[in-house]
Amino acid sequence: MKQSIFTIEKNEPLTDSVWKMVLAGDTSAITASGQFVNIRLDGFFLRRPISVCDYDAHTLTLLYKTVGKGTQYMATLSQGYQLDVLTGLGNGYDTEKSGKTPLLIGGGVGVPPMYRLAKNLIAEGKQPTVILGFNTAAEVFYKQEFEALGIPVLVATADGSMGTKGFVTDLVKTQSDYSYFYTCGPEPMLQALSDVTTTSGQLSFEERMGCGFGACMGCSCETKYGTKRICKDGPVLEKEEIKW
Amino acid sequence: MVNTKVTLSGLTLDNPIIPASGTFGYGYEFAEIYDIDILGSFSFKGTTKEPRFGNPTPRIAECPCGMINSVGLQNPGIDQVIATELPKMRQCFHKPVIANISGFSIEEYAYCCERIDKEEQVGIIEVNVSCPNVHHGGMSFGTSPQAAAEVTRAVKAVTTKPVYIKLSPNVTDIVSIAKACEQAGADGISLINTMMGMRIDLKTRRPVIANKMGGFSGSAIFPIAVRMVYQVAEAVQVPVIGMGGVSSAEDVLEMMLAGATAVQIGAANLVNPFICKEIIEQLPSVMEHYKIKDLNEIIGGAHK
Repeated sequence: MKQSIFTIEKNEPLTDSVWKMVLAGDTSAITASGQFVNIRLDGFFLRRPISVCDYDAHTLTLLYKTVGKGTQYMATLSQGYQLDVLTGLGNGYDTEKSGKTPLLIGGGVGVPPMYRLAKNLIAEGKQPTVILGFNTAAEVFYKQEFEALGIPVLVATADGSMGTKGFVTDLVKTQSDYSYFYTCGPEPMLQALSDVTTTSGQLSFEERMGCGFGACMGCSCETKYGTKRICKDGPVLEKEEIKW
Repeated sequence: MVNTKVTLSGLTLDNPIIPASGTFGYGYEFAEIYDIDILGSFSFKGTTKEPRFGNPTPRIAECPCGMINSVGLQNPGIDQVIATELPKMRQCFHKPVIANISGFSIEEYAYCCERIDKEEQVGIIEVNVSCPNVHHGGMSFGTSPQAAAEVTRAVKAVTTKPVYIKLSPNVTDIVSIAKACEQAGADGISLINTMMGMRIDLKTRRPVIANKMGGFSGSAIFPIAVRMVYQVAEAVQVPVIGMGGVSSAEDVLEMMLAGATAVQIGAANLVNPFICKEIIEQLPSVMEHYKIKDLNEIIGGAHK
């Protein structure tokens, strides 16, 4: 974990409620895809945990949904504004277990961490397939960015306005030769995926957090391997350890 | 040069800064980012006889200038704390720690305190009779002078180390409870624990916290804490550890003027993990600014 000041380079809407923020600063504490950062915002007591979409040595890309007052405030911030950010939080995805042809499944605001994960897997010589799920075509974001990585990208929308009509699970059922799966999204989706997938996998969870770095026990969950803190021992858990 | 050393029941601290129980775990997360030996001491996560998962999630709700938590005394139980956590803590913190003990019966308090009393690295035992997040225990012992005194007597009978009773602000007369603890043999008083609070989500029309209510902490409660520390310090002879919304070196001085000999930092650790380090570093210059040469000069200074 590292605390440092980041400067907003870009903050722009991708859809009605999903924004992309690019921050310049010290990313050296980030060690894996699927980790998150915790951002202090003026006028709000608790920090806002946001998953890392992508990063390089000097910049950090976050895609966030304006769900409450804190994230709505984030959307008002302009280029040049400085933010106090804790980086390198959470365990992140372990790519060693992926096999040759992993499936990456992102639902809604669970899509962002799949982007860096896909890049990492490609860099390791693997061939990931990406499945993205949204409610409607208007909510779809980052489809082109995933396609630009040169990997298969399948989209499901609940209302059928883009791609396959239905849920990500419907698309997962059409896939037969995947070696492993990685996912992030709403908990009902994670549970449904745990049921329909035929391999092991890693699932990223969300919980209301106090600190985000393991001190307060605000986000604990019970797993088959004992009590875990979503912020510190997670947010990524293995399929086999989860108690639904 | 200013003097920041203070003494609690014979235990001299390099400075009065103590991270509060439940906001600092066992210190490991903080030891990764700074040398926690700079702290006066720290009060580790509340410990019970049996392991506890705690309350269902969500356990956290945000408030203006504060937060509500309903963790519910999650801890691995006294056996594992002694067998695993204390040896691990010894690797990253080399001063006496404060052991925070909770319970659901007088016997449980006494059992855990007797066990922890034998541990060399424990400097003070802080008995939590004020957890608002567990039913039939915790706070129920801290809301009547008789029950608080009974816990104090039972713990004092089986321990040799200084015993501080951590009091709840969710009472009509905290002074009478503090006095009852002092008369029952308490070596000091810690206050305040969190205030009972609640938030309701407008979208779901349900309480934000799964357990409905929880403990409200953060800078919003600082004036209440100062008032209660002032009242208790005026009424008892034993040292008082003040806490509740402290988040700056100035707050520390204010708490000490109210009568605190040492000061705990709670929710602020969760927002700024470096807060205790920053306060310790700033304290000498803030003392100089207010022409304070020795912190001991100002303890209870507002009572004059």
